[in-house]
Amino acid sequence: MSNLKNWKELTPGAVIEEAGNAAEYVTGGWRTYRPVLDEEKCIHCLTCWISCPDTAVIVRDEKMTGFDYDHCKGCGVCADVCPKKVQAISMEQEGK
Amino acid sequence: MGQRVAMTGNIAVANAMRQINPDVCAAYPITPSTEIMQQFSSFVADGLVKTVLVPAESEHSAMSACIGAAGAGGRVMTATSSQGLALMWEMLFIAAGNRLPIVLAMANRALSAPINIHGDTSDAMGARDSGWIQIFSENAQEAYDNLIQAVRIAEHLDVRLPVMVGMDGFIISHSIESMELLEDEAVRDFVGEYIPNRPLLDIQNPRTYGPLDLQDYYIEHKRQEYEAMKNAKSVILEVARDFSDRFGREYGLFESYRLDDAEVAIVVLNSAAGTVKTVIDALRADGVKAGLLKPRIFRPFPADEIAAALSGVKAVCVMDRADGVNAVGGPLFPEFRSALYDSNPRPMMINKVFGLGGRDLGLHHVREVFAELQTIAETGKIETLAEYITVRN
Repeated sequence: MSNLKNWKELTPGAVIEEAGNAAEYVTGGWRTYRPVLDEEKCIHCLTCWISCPDTAVIVRDEKMTGFDYDHCKGCGVCADVCPKKVQAISMEQEGK
Repeated sequence: MGQRVAMTGNIAVANAMRQINPDVCAAYPITPSTEIMQQFSSFVADGLVKTVLVPAESEHSAMSACIGAAGAGGRVMTATSSQGLALMWEMLFIAAGNRLPIVLAMANRALSAPINIHGDTSDAMGARDSGWIQIFSENAQEAYDNLIQAVRIAEHLDVRLPVMVGMDGFIISHSIESMELLEDEAVRDFVGEYIPNRPLLDIQNPRTYGPLDLQDYYIEHKRQEYEAMKNAKSVILEVARDFSDRFGREYGLFESYRLDDAEVAIVVLNSAAGTVKTVIDALRADGVKAGLLKPRIFRPFPADEIAAALSGVKAVCVMDRADGVNAVGGPLFPEFRSALYDSNPRPMMINKVFGLGGRDLGLHHVREVFAELQTIAETGKIETLAEYITVRN
């Protein structure tokens, strides 16, 4: 906890002065299963990107490029919505 | 200077609000403070203020709207009593925790059940640990003066806490008294222009109010709130000094009435203090060294100053117009007794719960209390530590 601010350094009333800083709050540690992308199979339909309840599917130039593991909580929605004929996302147990 | 007028406490408070001219006022009127909002809404309708009046659907909503408006950067006021303050209870902590300088005028009234609309301080005592500064007033003049000072206290950057200003329901809120109404310009100059601190409507600098604050930060923010409440004591005195310099009426953390050489003394809030002063004058004429400590500021609790003021008194009765129902005495008693714990000499102390639901406190009741205190001072013995008076036994 040594890098956390003390009470004299904080803004009164817990007001957050920096917009959008929730991204700095790393929540990937909650995960027990991680989604793994098979880039060979992916057709870039982006159904996983639309369905992700966080913002953990990383898309660049309209292409699915992988996952933000700092924020993915391993819910598995992406793997579930990936078309059955494609099955580019598999859920693998963490720690293995 | 100002104008001498005859006004009820409620109308005096509504006029203070008119002169302060807040940006937003959200309320759900309730007896006995109804008249404050009734009169103030006339001022709004007549264009005498630029206030946005929000008639809410409950007191919980009224305080929520006040919090939103204060977070947005407005100077915000409201008024309530009794069940209304109780319904605000959850939001009171949020106003204080978010450090929003909302000012609330409170006509003190008993809490249900049984239902009763008359004056006691049960409502305020239920909010005493909410992080709000609490100021109490003996009469209409004090309610008016305190409300004007409350704006400066709440908005001071060392404080930034909400303030509630109490007066006894009906006894003061509805009784017409002679008092001085200050000039509009003088009040506006005294309260000054409001400069919001980190407002939400500063859209060039987007910010978040009310985030989740867990084990890693919550206690640091509470520590800040504690510091702000500690700072409030000197700010209250500083504002009172400026008020006295400009308008001539002096205020402190509490009022000491013939207390300097007193051997027996009463501690009591609000209008009952006037009754006690009358008895003290009569007793002093008979050679009894009687005195009064009338708390003005209950939050922050000025423990050191109270200890210094009461240390040399032989016997003290703390009188509570509210009962915390802890079966030991009213809510003021443990705090005042605790304040004297380290004092040497230390007075013997008793407690009387009186006047609940607006029951009159007569001169004879006060005389009986002083007689009991004289016996305690002479014998060094307390027969009854705490009890109800003004009750049929």
